[in-house]
Amino acid sequence: MIYRETGQFRTSYAEDQAIFRLRQDRAGIAVILAVAWIGIPLLADDYLLRAILVPFLILAVAAIGLNLLLGYCGQISLGTGAFMAIGAYAAYNLALRLPGLPLLLDFFLAGLVAAGIGVLFGLPSVRIKGLYLAVATLAAQFFADWAFLRVGWFTNYTPSGSVTAPPLDIFGWLIDTPLEKYWLCLAFACLTAILAKNLVRSRIGRSWMAIRDMDIAAEIIGIRPTTAKLSAFAVSSFVAGGAGVLWAFVHLGSWEPLAFSIDMSFRLLFMVIIGGMGSILGSFLGAAFITVLPIFLNQAPAMVGIQLSTAMVSHLEFMIFGALIVLFLIWEPHGLARLWQIGKEKMRLWPFPY
Amino acid sequence: MRAPRSAALLATTAALALLAAQPAAAADTIFYPSLVYRSGAYAPNGIPFANGVADYVAMINARDGGVGGVKIEFEECETGYATDRGVECYERLKTKGAGAVAFSPLSTGITFALTEKAPVDKIPLQTTGYGRSESADGRVFQWNFPLLGTYWSAADILIQHTAKISGGLKGKKITLVYHDSPYGKEPIPVLQDHAAKHGYTFEAIPVTHPGVEQKAAWLKIRQTRPDFVFLWGWGVMNSTAIKEAVAVGYPREKMYGVWWAAAEPDVRPAGDDAKGYNGLALHPAGADYPVHKDILKYVYDAGKGAGKREEVGEVLYNRGVIDAMLKLEAVRTAQKIYNKKVVTGSEVRDGFERLELTAERIKELGFEGLVTPLKVSCLDHEGARKARIHQWDGQKWVFVSDWIEADTNYLRPKMEAAAAAYAKEKGITPASCS
Repeated sequence: MIYRETGQFRTSYAEDQAIFRLRQDRAGIAVILAVAWIGIPLLADDYLLRAILVPFLILAVAAIGLNLLLGYCGQISLGTGAFMAIGAYAAYNLALRLPGLPLLLDFFLAGLVAAGIGVLFGLPSVRIKGLYLAVATLAAQFFADWAFLRVGWFTNYTPSGSVTAPPLDIFGWLIDTPLEKYWLCLAFACLTAILAKNLVRSRIGRSWMAIRDMDIAAEIIGIRPTTAKLSAFAVSSFVAGGAGVLWAFVHLGSWEPLAFSIDMSFRLLFMVIIGGMGSILGSFLGAAFITVLPIFLNQAPAMVGIQLSTAMVSHLEFMIFGALIVLFLIWEPHGLARLWQIGKEKMRLWPFPY
Repeated sequence: MRAPRSAALLATTAALALLAAQPAAAADTIFYPSLVYRSGAYAPNGIPFANGVADYVAMINARDGGVGGVKIEFEECETGYATDRGVECYERLKTKGAGAVAFSPLSTGITFALTEKAPVDKIPLQTTGYGRSESADGRVFQWNFPLLGTYWSAADILIQHTAKISGGLKGKKITLVYHDSPYGKEPIPVLQDHAAKHGYTFEAIPVTHPGVEQKAAWLKIRQTRPDFVFLWGWGVMNSTAIKEAVAVGYPREKMYGVWWAAAEPDVRPAGDDAKGYNGLALHPAGADYPVHKDILKYVYDAGKGAGKREEVGEVLYNRGVIDAMLKLEAVRTAQKIYNKKVVTGSEVRDGFERLELTAERIKELGFEGLVTPLKVSCLDHEGARKARIHQWDGQKWVFVSDWIEADTNYLRPKMEAAAAAYAKEKGITPASCS
């Protein structure tokens, strides 16, 4: 009754091409943005900002990066963690070796480095598909792990192999409180979401989807598979690299290659699959599911007043989390984003479903 | 299937609301956070340490009613040895109660990440026998306390010992098998440096986390036949290394573990084959010390023990007890300096910096024979740098050396140089310490 398009006419091309064509959707997103930008900073404490929301936003950005590649272009990658690592170490080295480089430019260049390496490791995708490609991208993961552990130059020959981010100084604005970090990550997340959304609606995005749906047919209608696949790798690695910089510089502050291990790649893959392949919203939902839920499960028993041993809580966390993943995949194989879509359809008919 | 969306939404809202809820601060207690890992690949070693900490705090609460007359509020948080979960735990616990007094992450990776955060939040980091080696320089690392010994000290002690028993290391071969993480890499600069000085050939072989796959490393050792193998492992990596040494026929008598690779969970899985394996000992094992009697009396007899009664007194258990004791001694020192009962993190930092354990005080605490006297100062956050070598006889650990002290004259300039480099990178002005 409330959520329906009746009476909303699109009278110009601009209106027809808007991301949110329904007034209700626009209102909804305005409320979400207002809550994220103003509401949460007013209400949330340091713990919520630093331990929950900042990692959630950063991993959502990384999940968008992988979703562009996996969800839109159909190329399975197990190397997202590696591209994040490349971004992080590139930003560290650029900042170290070019003192005075503005931080945002540093981030951008680090993204470009990640994109370049991403294209390199994307090259096999021209020849191989599906699971075989997944195995090939695994090489990126092992290569990055090896390079940052063994090549001393990347870590500036620190004895322990752990490196430290420089102070976050953006045009004289020193970002060090949790709130400022949150805003920075939120800005990056919003920017990435808008760019990604527009990219997938554009010619490039459509060519990716054509490749995903059937590469031979796409080739016949004039899409170059090489360009489409490699551009997807480039954009995806750029976004993942940017997320890696944020993870290292903003969230951890000091890191080692283990922070971007194969675990990270798998977690991002799960985020995209559980959130919904080929959906920007799904990237956010998946990131929330994978990062926030375990922490919530870990604290839930204490919150409802049940005293359990730390080991018990942690084992329960693993079991419930695993069970939920299986349940969600049985319940809705197309991910959380699809659930939202079904919900919207139901809302449209409410309260008179037929 | 009726309304999955609204259900999910409700769950999310509830989750966020609960996460935001913070318990009310209690005014007359101090808050003792404990980062533990009771699950995952490192649990066999994480559990005894965590039990030691929990039991000691419970004993102090039961016997003395807390520290300096203030009850201790104690809470554990599971990190699983993962850096991001460790950071989450730190954020979760740092403001609880009257504010956390100090953190002991028991992971070099988490220590590195928290080193960035502790000065901002003004909470000291106590890393008993681990952490960044250069953080012993208190002028730069004002919030870090690698008490009792750093990895550089450990490497130096091992070199001193092996040089002594083999009559000089000239022309010898030493191989380090290390956990491929900041923890395992810490001793490398010192061992390399010593190689030039003592004239031995040094080789470092990394083992990837979690360390169950070491075939390649040990085949290499079979080829090169080093005179000594130093083991810088943790968790399952240690017992795997001993089993692999058996498989390639490398004598266990020539193997030396750091103090994190020299406890019961490391040798027991290898059974009789572990006999002869050596390790550094910061303190003895055993439950015959007065402090253990009190723990058994006040905690285990009351049925409140964190672990099994027979595990009290294991190497890592005792390290947990010592870690907790040092933290509470710092709290006590801070209470004395500021003449108040409930102390904050920054006050406890000052307590750490003026922490002094004399022989009398150690006896009073019931730790006689368990720890050596220690004195922390603004310049030196390590306090003491002594260890002994102990050997596994198949049943228990037996000491085979006297206390060996690391060479400060050699290590100190190295530490200061590394700390100065860190200060420069981070733009820290070192404290003057005068």
